Amino acid sequence: MALLMRHARRKPSCSIVGIGESEYTRWGGIQDRSQFQVTAEAILAALADAGIAPEEVDGLASFANDPNEAGLMQVALGIPQLRLAAMVWGGGGGGTCGSVSMACSAIESGQARVVVAYRGLCQGQTRRFGRFSTGRALSNFTDPFGAFAPPQMIAMLVQRFMHLNPGVKPEHLAEVALNARANANRNPRAVMHSRTLTREDYFAARWIAEPLRLYDCCLETDGACAVVITSREQARDLASAPVDILAAGHGSGPGWGLGALSGHNMPEEDYASTNSRRLAGELFAQAGLTPEDIDVAQIYDHFSGMVLMGLEDYGFCKRGESGEFVGSGALRWPDGALPINTSGGQLSEAYLLGMNLVVEGVRQMRGTSTSQVANAKTCLVTGGLGVSPTSGLILGRAS
Amino acid sequence: MSTFLPDMPVPVPTGDDRGFWLACAEQRLVFQGCAECSRLRHPPIPICPSCRSSKVEWRAAPSDAEVYTFSVVHHAAHPAVTPNIPYVIAVVTFPQMPGVRLISNITDCDPRDVRIGMRVSLWWDRVSETQYLPRFRPTP
Repeated sequence: MALLMRHARRKPSCSIVGIGESEYTRWGGIQDRSQFQVTAEAILAALADAGIAPEEVDGLASFANDPNEAGLMQVALGIPQLRLAAMVWGGGGGGTCGSVSMACSAIESGQARVVVAYRGLCQGQTRRFGRFSTGRALSNFTDPFGAFAPPQMIAMLVQRFMHLNPGVKPEHLAEVALNARANANRNPRAVMHSRTLTREDYFAARWIAEPLRLYDCCLETDGACAVVITSREQARDLASAPVDILAAGHGSGPGWGLGALSGHNMPEEDYASTNSRRLAGELFAQAGLTPEDIDVAQIYDHFSGMVLMGLEDYGFCKRGESGEFVGSGALRWPDGALPINTSGGQLSEAYLLGMNLVVEGVRQMRGTSTSQVANAKTCLVTGGLGVSPTSGLILGRAS
Repeated sequence: MSTFLPDMPVPVPTGDDRGFWLACAEQRLVFQGCAECSRLRHPPIPICPSCRSSKVEWRAAPSDAEVYTFSVVHHAAHPAVTPNIPYVIAVVTFPQMPGVRLISNITDCDPRDVRIGMRVSLWWDRVSETQYLPRFRPTP
């Protein structure tokens, strides 16, 4: 047991060499192509960006019960031999960065050479995530009580977090939402690009599930995106500027089960948390970095309150001090201590179960974000928070 | 009449949680405990996380509970709750039975009065011919 507890994850030796995205629209905005086609096109765009032919791909990885089947994707893309068809368990986007960590594992162990991590989600063609849906695991313990969807379930987590940490106030939830919108207003690809949001608008908006108001909740959108991963060695020969993966992993603390999305029986000390404290420590150790070394971050913003918890759990501020931290303007581009969600995130760019946050992390390391952090050399990206497993990445500008 | 409209989802017992819902049908709130090491667990899962035994005993919960956390829900994510907006969902704990938390509702009060730590009492809500659900109201 002692050996297991002391395990150190090996530093990855892979790079992200291509990014691709569809257009992003509000749910129902993409009607001319199927969700599968939109996803396949995003993958092709990522491969074109990398300068890699689809025939070279031998691995596909996704997460969150992706219905865009790897087997069909292999056919559509004309991949002659697939060596990895991997999916990270768990809903709520917990596996976002896990798809990338599995790609690294496969490449470094020699199972595969070029892996695409992708996710497509057109809520207008499938279902709106803010509404009741059938087939949720353990739904017997949630649906009959009106806890139908993530907003209600996560609201209870945020409520207790704010109860335990009286320094975290509604204005701090607002700050996360307002920061996201300000960044989206600079990003022409963001669904909320042309819509400004003031503090007054934020507080005037309706409640969804207290303490979450409308703008505390992520968008319901249509779109797809993908990233291409290969070894650092292979990456050197490609046309595009590679971005190094300094750390990548996924996992869960004990006893989470489905966490906030079901019975809420996580361990007491972990209840009002993102289920990422252990993972965060391992990621920083993997990269040989500390939170102070991170220049910019993309923190999974399905709900504003989870971003505050994430800032604490990843060590950007002390426990209970995320309110004060964000209140100081720390999140704001260009001069804040830690600009986050620089594309507008899932509150204001699009909700792609976090894959668009990975894409934005790559742009920051390439120097091509619409809210570019000057001289940014490191970027933390997290997958979905408050679920099991969760996942994270530390990206670095290639030296 | 039950709290929510008739088209509200009702539990569909599975292999693992059948014992919980059968007891609810008899208006008994029980939690799954390990028959070997006595550890409690919820939602039901067939193996004890402490000793890995699959021997189960169902233990009666007290009717006194406490609000661990809650949310006043204003957005109807299902049409069955529309007349109830705003309604209160809560995670409750049982001071006399530590180790398990249950998602339920707090009823029979102004949602604005619900607080973490508030004492609540179990009542049984009939939701179908055969099924009752545990809900809670403020302890007088």
